[in-house]
Amino acid sequence: MYPENYAYTKEHEWVLAEGDTGTIGITHHAQSELGDIVYVDLPKVGAQITQHTTFGSVESVKAVSDIYSPVTGEVIAVNELLASQPEKLNADPHGEAWLVKVKLLKPEELPGLMSAADYQAYIGA
Amino acid sequence: MAETLLETPLFRAHVALGAKMVDFGGWNMPVQYKGILDEHKAVRSAAGVFDVSHMGEIVVRGPQALDLVNYISTNDAAKLQDGQAHYSGLLYEHGGFVDDILVHRVSATEFFLCVNASNQDKDFGHIQSYSFFEGQRRFDAMVENAGPRYAQIAVQGPQSLALLQPLTQTDLAAIRYYWFQDGEVAGLPTRIARTGYTGEDGFELYVAAENAVELWNRLLSLGAVPCGLGARNTLRLEAAMALYGHEIDATISPLEAGLGWIVKFAKPDFVGKAALEKQKAAGLARKLCGFVMKGRGIGRDGYEVLANGAPTGWVTSGGPAPTLNQNIGLCYLPLALANPGQAIEVVVRQQPVAAEVVPTPFYKRAK
Repeated sequence: MYPENYAYTKEHEWVLAEGDTGTIGITHHAQSELGDIVYVDLPKVGAQITQHTTFGSVESVKAVSDIYSPVTGEVIAVNELLASQPEKLNADPHGEAWLVKVKLLKPEELPGLMSAADYQAYIGA
Repeated sequence: MAETLLETPLFRAHVALGAKMVDFGGWNMPVQYKGILDEHKAVRSAAGVFDVSHMGEIVVRGPQALDLVNYISTNDAAKLQDGQAHYSGLLYEHGGFVDDILVHRVSATEFFLCVNASNQDKDFGHIQSYSFFEGQRRFDAMVENAGPRYAQIAVQGPQSLALLQPLTQTDLAAIRYYWFQDGEVAGLPTRIARTGYTGEDGFELYVAAENAVELWNRLLSLGAVPCGLGARNTLRLEAAMALYGHEIDATISPLEAGLGWIVKFAKPDFVGKAALEKQKAAGLARKLCGFVMKGRGIGRDGYEVLANGAPTGWVTSGGPAPTLNQNIGLCYLPLALANPGQAIEVVVRQQPVAAEVVPTPFYKRAK
């Protein structure tokens, strides 16, 4: 369920680091807690985002939730799919429904994040 | 220390179904089972069942039951026949809402009120206080706070009648909209009312609390989809039905809420009448309006509303409308702006997003 090569946060986001690029998303647990997702608000390419700081929001039928960045970086791609099909976040939060890709500006932040096993223990899975 | 949440007789059934439970006004209630969108669609296209046992029931009995009910509510209960129900308001003297209620006439001397869950004790106290005047009984009627005795299960959706009919000898088709009959469902004594809070055809079933689990299980076994309060809210919002604490509260009058139709000025005096007459004569300052989001964003409960860039009102309820594929809401606007086609903006996380005033209800079922 939770890919081993991703790193996780207590706010239920994940990051996959490949070279100096980080792909960011929300976890399966997060989408499950939110329920049916109907709207995703994301930054534009070129925006700077900061670790543990909100950079967007996800809305379910019932509620709005802030998304916190697992890493500091500069946005180099935004998943356009989510503007028209936000429900993909419920279906495939660890894959097709990634949120943004960033250029990692502080790779030294990565070891401070949780492993898949730590995250599963954290959420009691 | 967290206060203990109240539970309906179906609490364990919800947990067993894997429901997501939330604190709803002090009650531990299912917000959803499988998902709000699926449950919403089940009600619009087939039939869903809701545990609404948290709702309160107040029984008024006695030779002057009608006089008391008519004095404490805005609609004209004298117009009701045995087995008929209507929507009404319970007001303070200043014209604001104590609650919105359903009044059922069981007989000339017995009225059965369905009231909001978190208001039931307040409503009971309010009605009691008007039963007496200067220490003397003013109306020859007894008021019973009967909530704990009852469970209530709502069966809603176009297939409700077909689903329910095999469980009862009562001819359901003969019960018209906003009428009710006492009968048996699944062999259990049930008050069967053709009412609801979803904008669909359906029934609200009042049973003894100890029979709730059996009735619930029978309904599920026939294929009714269990639905939570999340879908109940999206359904009633599409139908533009008021929710206490959102569209209406102690600071809002029925005239402002677009509920003038439940205020009968021509009947004998009632609590709040003088204040409403004064408000009507002076003209309303604000009115409840429907809106549709035009820009990207969802206007939600409490968000600020702008007109011509200036703060002008607030969203009382807002969110996605699954049937309509739009983001909709209700808001209070000054009377001059309360017209369909009026451009407004809803402030979504500091950003004004375009919206437009539209007629309500947003959704109306095909007859």
